[in-house]
Amino acid sequence: MLGLGKKDASLLLVVVALTMLAPFILNPFPSDSGMAQFNAGYPDLMQRFVIFGIFAIGFNILFGLTGYLSFGHAAFLGVGSYSAVWMFKLLSMNILPAIILSVIIAGLFSLLIGWVSLRRTGIYFSILTLAFAQMSFALAYSVLTPLTNGETGLQVTLDDPRILGVSATADGSIPVTNLFGLEMRSAYDMIVGPWTFTFSVGYYVCAIVMIAAFYLSIRIFRSPFGMMLRAIKSNQTRMNYTGLNPKPYTLAAFVISGMYAGLAGGLMASMDPLAGAERMQWTASGEVVLMTILGGVGTLIGPILGAGMIKYFENIFSKINDGVLHTWFSFLPDGIENFMVAVIHPFVGKGWHLTLGLIFMLVVTFLPGGLVEGGQRIAKALRKKDKDDDGKSPSTEPAE
Amino acid sequence: MGILEVKDVGKRFGGLQALGDVNLSVKENTCHAIIGPNGAGKSTLLNCLVGKLIPDTGSVMFDGNSVLGRSPHEINQMGISRVFQTPEIFGDLTVMENMMIPLFAKRDGAYRLHAIESVQAEKGLIQQAEEMLAEVNMLDKREMHSASMSRGDKRRLEMAMCLVQDPKLLLLDEPTAGMARADTNNTIDLLKEIKEKRDITIAIIEHDMHVVFSLADRITVLAQGTPLVEDTPENIKGHPKVQEAYLGETQQV
Repeated sequence: MLGLGKKDASLLLVVVALTMLAPFILNPFPSDSGMAQFNAGYPDLMQRFVIFGIFAIGFNILFGLTGYLSFGHAAFLGVGSYSAVWMFKLLSMNILPAIILSVIIAGLFSLLIGWVSLRRTGIYFSILTLAFAQMSFALAYSVLTPLTNGETGLQVTLDDPRILGVSATADGSIPVTNLFGLEMRSAYDMIVGPWTFTFSVGYYVCAIVMIAAFYLSIRIFRSPFGMMLRAIKSNQTRMNYTGLNPKPYTLAAFVISGMYAGLAGGLMASMDPLAGAERMQWTASGEVVLMTILGGVGTLIGPILGAGMIKYFENIFSKINDGVLHTWFSFLPDGIENFMVAVIHPFVGKGWHLTLGLIFMLVVTFLPGGLVEGGQRIAKALRKKDKDDDGKSPSTEPAE
Repeated sequence: MGILEVKDVGKRFGGLQALGDVNLSVKENTCHAIIGPNGAGKSTLLNCLVGKLIPDTGSVMFDGNSVLGRSPHEINQMGISRVFQTPEIFGDLTVMENMMIPLFAKRDGAYRLHAIESVQAEKGLIQQAEEMLAEVNMLDKREMHSASMSRGDKRRLEMAMCLVQDPKLLLLDEPTAGMARADTNNTIDLLKEIKEKRDITIAIIEHDMHVVFSLADRITVLAQGTPLVEDTPENIKGHPKVQEAYLGETQQV
């Protein structure tokens, strides 16, 4: 199907099903129950899942295939966001030209940075990309204030020209981002009994873009080009003595992953039309590295899982404060209740990074292949158990 | 006029004159061995031929073109393939994938985003790879993870990867170093077969005299960065200068 092997096609279908049904899957708890705070099915967070999924998929094309660890990919995401917001300011609130421009500008920007950084390998390459990203951050934060609006961040305002659209709507407010009139913020609530499922236009636009991005990444993984990238990771000396210059391949991979980052940045601005310098900071670059490693470096679906997991922790665990903890343990005697809250307190709320750090350490130590390897091990164990059960079943099955 | 002409090549590393005025001519479709004691400059000379090092003086001509100033991948494209002392293969890939890299490189299919299978089918690459693997007796290992193979198998895979590109000149850097006797003999047989079947020139650097005398048509003896003698194996065997270089000065009794 679509030029994919059977296994890849089914993986793509799984991703399509998961993203399309996400409003249901991420909202398993009734909206007035105590567990409702674990629901992640609200548009803002779902959009973040898929947007960071795109970012991580792209990053994995560079890091997973060629082994070049870039610590500066947030710069491309930031550049994408700024380009998109400028498009909203100057052209129109339609997200299509904005996203196209973000991808192009991020591509050009990554071509420039990649051209220089790829002269070195290993740790020196990582440091070069980090240096470039921090330079971009500094530029965006202060030097290029006319272009980026400095620390306030770039926003759409009422007196932007918007030559193909309107500066302000009839009632005097700022127009909202849309795709040929379809507003990104519009959403439909489906109420089934105690459950509320929200279907947002913005989320589905992002999800469709992510599926396309995922499909492209499968094609890259399974192509001769992808094989060359894996060969570069494996042995650059042999690559050279086989008559292949690794540089154009690594540069192409770098630019492709930069364009993915630009796409993610453009989508982010399309959902919420503002862009700030903090998107380019080194912590943001580090986050995508964590996502990829947590999910599984060099696997197809790993980066999406890693992105989802980190964003879930960031948004759900950080909301659990002491008040919530007290309600959880209220059934215990007062002393023990306070003790339990004190023990868990550092791991939730503002301390969610601690939980994430622990999980990251556990994954890297015990599952070097990330969540994907964990899934594979579980599947293997289940299959083995199934076989064992089949073997035993004739004798052990109780007669009914 | 040989296919490879080395003229007055010199290379100095700081205070060490690694090569001084090396002249060498390798005739087409012969096997030319370069021998010499440790530190004679054999590997330095080889690195000068493939673009890893640039000689300070002299010229290196291959097939009428200078190789100096070209990078290793460009020199490979001119028709020189190199087998390393420790096999350089793509350890993360399977044997078949290892074979595909040089094939894609040669056919220039490497930038395509079509599925690998369709590109392979279109150009008959699988068949070519299988023929080559059969020649080195590795067809049964085609799906194996190449990092997990024995050193002998890695060596044969590396040679297959070089040969599938149809090079004009094959450079071998101590191809049997660290091999067991049986593996060494297999490698000799394999190289003999390759020599017979193909129009190929082989230049070999080797310590093992058994390998050298079973394969070489001409032998150059290097000592302290300069060629001592160049002659046929028969004449080299009893040459006093060679014995002197290897064993030290003959003592008068």
